[in-house]
Amino acid sequence: MADLSSTFAGIRTKNPFWLASAPPTDKAYNVERAFRAGWGGVVWKTLGEDPPVVNVSSRYGAISYGGTRVAGFNNIELITDRPLELNLQEITEVKRRWPDRAMVVSLMVPCNEESWKAILRRVESTGADGVELNFGCPHGMSERGMGAAVGQVPEYVEMVTRWCKQHTRMPVIVKLTPNVTDILQAAAAAKNGGADAVSLINTIMSICAVDLDLMSPTPVVDGKGTHGGYCGPAVKPIALRMVAEIARDRALSGLPISGIGGISTWRDAAEFIALGAGNVQICTAAMTHGFKIVEDMVSGLSNWMDEKGYAALRDFQGAAVPNFVHWDDLNLNYKSIARIDQSLCIKCGKCYAACEDTSHQSIAALRDNGARTYEIIDDECVGCNLCAHVCPVDDCITMISLPTEKPYRTWKDHENNPSSPDFVHG
Amino acid sequence: MSDSAGLINANFADAHPVLTSAQAVVAANRCYFCYDAPCVEACPTGIDVPGFIRGIATGNIAGAAKTILQENIFGGACARVCPTEILCERACVRTAEMGKPVEIGALQRVATDWQMAQGVQPFTRAPATGKHIAVIGAGPAGLSCAHALSLRGHEATVFDAKPKPGGLNEYGIAAYKMAGDFAAREVEFLLSIGGIKMQYEKRLGETILLADLRDRFDAVFLALGLAGVNRLRIAGEELSGVRDAVDFIAELRQAADKTSVKIGPRVVVIGGGNTAIDAATQAKLLGAEEVTMLYRRGPEHMSATKDEQEWAQTNGVNIRFWAAPLRIEQTGSALEVVTEQNVFTADTVLKAVGQVFVGEGPALESGRIKVEGYQTSLPGVFAGGDCTHGMDLTVHAVQDGKMAARAIDKFLGF
Repeated sequence: MADLSSTFAGIRTKNPFWLASAPPTDKAYNVERAFRAGWGGVVWKTLGEDPPVVNVSSRYGAISYGGTRVAGFNNIELITDRPLELNLQEITEVKRRWPDRAMVVSLMVPCNEESWKAILRRVESTGADGVELNFGCPHGMSERGMGAAVGQVPEYVEMVTRWCKQHTRMPVIVKLTPNVTDILQAAAAAKNGGADAVSLINTIMSICAVDLDLMSPTPVVDGKGTHGGYCGPAVKPIALRMVAEIARDRALSGLPISGIGGISTWRDAAEFIALGAGNVQICTAAMTHGFKIVEDMVSGLSNWMDEKGYAALRDFQGAAVPNFVHWDDLNLNYKSIARIDQSLCIKCGKCYAACEDTSHQSIAALRDNGARTYEIIDDECVGCNLCAHVCPVDDCITMISLPTEKPYRTWKDHENNPSSPDFVHG
Repeated sequence: MSDSAGLINANFADAHPVLTSAQAVVAANRCYFCYDAPCVEACPTGIDVPGFIRGIATGNIAGAAKTILQENIFGGACARVCPTEILCERACVRTAEMGKPVEIGALQRVATDWQMAQGVQPFTRAPATGKHIAVIGAGPAGLSCAHALSLRGHEATVFDAKPKPGGLNEYGIAAYKMAGDFAAREVEFLLSIGGIKMQYEKRLGETILLADLRDRFDAVFLALGLAGVNRLRIAGEELSGVRDAVDFIAELRQAADKTSVKIGPRVVVIGGGNTAIDAATQAKLLGAEEVTMLYRRGPEHMSATKDEQEWAQTNGVNIRFWAAPLRIEQTGSALEVVTEQNVFTADTVLKAVGQVFVGEGPALESGRIKVEGYQTSLPGVFAGGDCTHGMDLTVHAVQDGKMAARAIDKFLGF
């Protein structure tokens, strides 16, 4: 039985599954239900200064895709709309009752040292394990000079992080916004400010859909909409890339990363950890299915680790990072082509339509006595994978590597590259 | 109506009600939107199945309905009566993949029911051509042809021997497959295109004559169906209580109160086709205690599909294979059907051993009207549906009508 325990930024939990700062962690009632369900920790929904913010009615937008609900999700909710003292009391009580679970408190106050100092003192007295600085919220708060408005300016990230490190003994996790061009600058700023860890991604600025009757973006508040923060399964690829970018950066080496963004299953979590995350935070999957999903996350990750022979998370944490390279480090002499297992083919022809209409015309649609057969034209196939992706049958179309005598050759030293030493003038 | 009569009448309600919109979206999303889709090829009318299903999946139900109806104006009837398990759904790649096809028939019904509920057709007629075609027979073949002719700008007059239109849809199919007045409403929907006049209780060779029609109209389309039934050719066939299954089915379809149709507690049905299945199942639903189907060969030889056989059995019909009746005897008030192995006692014996063409005019071939490209031996006289050779499903008749209209159009010089 694999050991799923994780120590993240000095905070030890029995499993790496935390609930992200969001509506599911807004109050004691939900958090206690989460702990009973088996979550390793929570990041309490962001606290701010009194008086509390006011939230709108109608808060979430969602994308259904092919009948699957909530493939993508967005929200226009702000930070907690409950009084600060009430939240602090509940945090104190819940932490006392659940000492073995991580209680991290998300914070967002105006960009001045006194405000941060004051709230940190009060949070510290709750017995919380750490704080997460919300520099990511892309709507509502950013217009007031908080959230993403800070996260998008590396100098502010560094400054506020430094204040926090000066005014608390608690670990400081800096939550990063993806609404930037270069995630590394924000991460470096957090590190320079003394952050114990970063967490990412926060939500992405988005309009989920347009209500074509009301002619308004959704969610609709009295006939109008605003941009919201996008999350859910659809954003996982964006989050994975940003996590990996930080994980492979030499200057940021050793900076713990809490992976966030569309994690719905143990497999998603394993992917984030393989790309360097020390733990993961989840929100949309819990909001879609309830807290019980953590059971399968725990047992699924554990069973997979047993199968692979990983005794602890550190055994595979970051294992995929060395293989996340820049495009010009890829081998241009590598060649793979598609193979169709005719015994599994159900004759839907999706591979043919995709290849013929939109790719390289490397699949033949044949009729043998009326029976459909789809065959790869090896010489035309560039190994793009499209057919394998659109094929509805698992393992029917696979990509096989062709043996080659040629050496590993990248663009850096390719004869077509003008800046390569091997450049051949035309 | 008594309580028990009410319960029995309820048995003849829709056997498979229309999918809810939520069910339809789930079913539609199972479609892979195949290239060169096998289901399209398997549909005798060539409906673009993935095309219409995508419309249901995306909320474009008007587009879905038009896609269906432009190939098959009886899309609603076919959604109900087509043996999809041997046509589109057997060809569905989901069947090859996991033995569970996309519910194409049920989805087709969603779209066609929606269109009929709108009360308008998604088609407009071409400018008038001044041509007028006589169509004999108001069943699926005849009306399909009349509709296709109307779309092309021609006028059609449809003659039928019966007092109501619809042919087998109205008289020949189990009530629970085409519940309520669906068949009549579908014809009304079809006729709403305009340009089609209906003439009922006109029987060819009696109240109307082919020679006369050929004089009066620019072309004639014969969609006469099969007016006769095969005889058993065994002793006792003429006994009272022995009747044709098609008559029983028609009587039931036309009865407002199904309990007015009397068959007694023990029924024997002789035959192995869809008519036999419909008759046997309905006899059971009508309250008969013991319904036995006698078929002279094995289950694999039956023209009723496996699904149809199972449907009858699920409803309590006992199917006896390799049971050819030798004779029928009268014993007191009861009948006895004697086979080599057994004797089956019955109050009613229903014969369902096939129907035959009855009529004259153009040349016949093996008992049906001989056609080549829907053209009969008489110039300007076309034929299709059951009165010609070929497959005998509703959907085949619809296709015949549609294709014959094209042939007539060409004959008229368009």
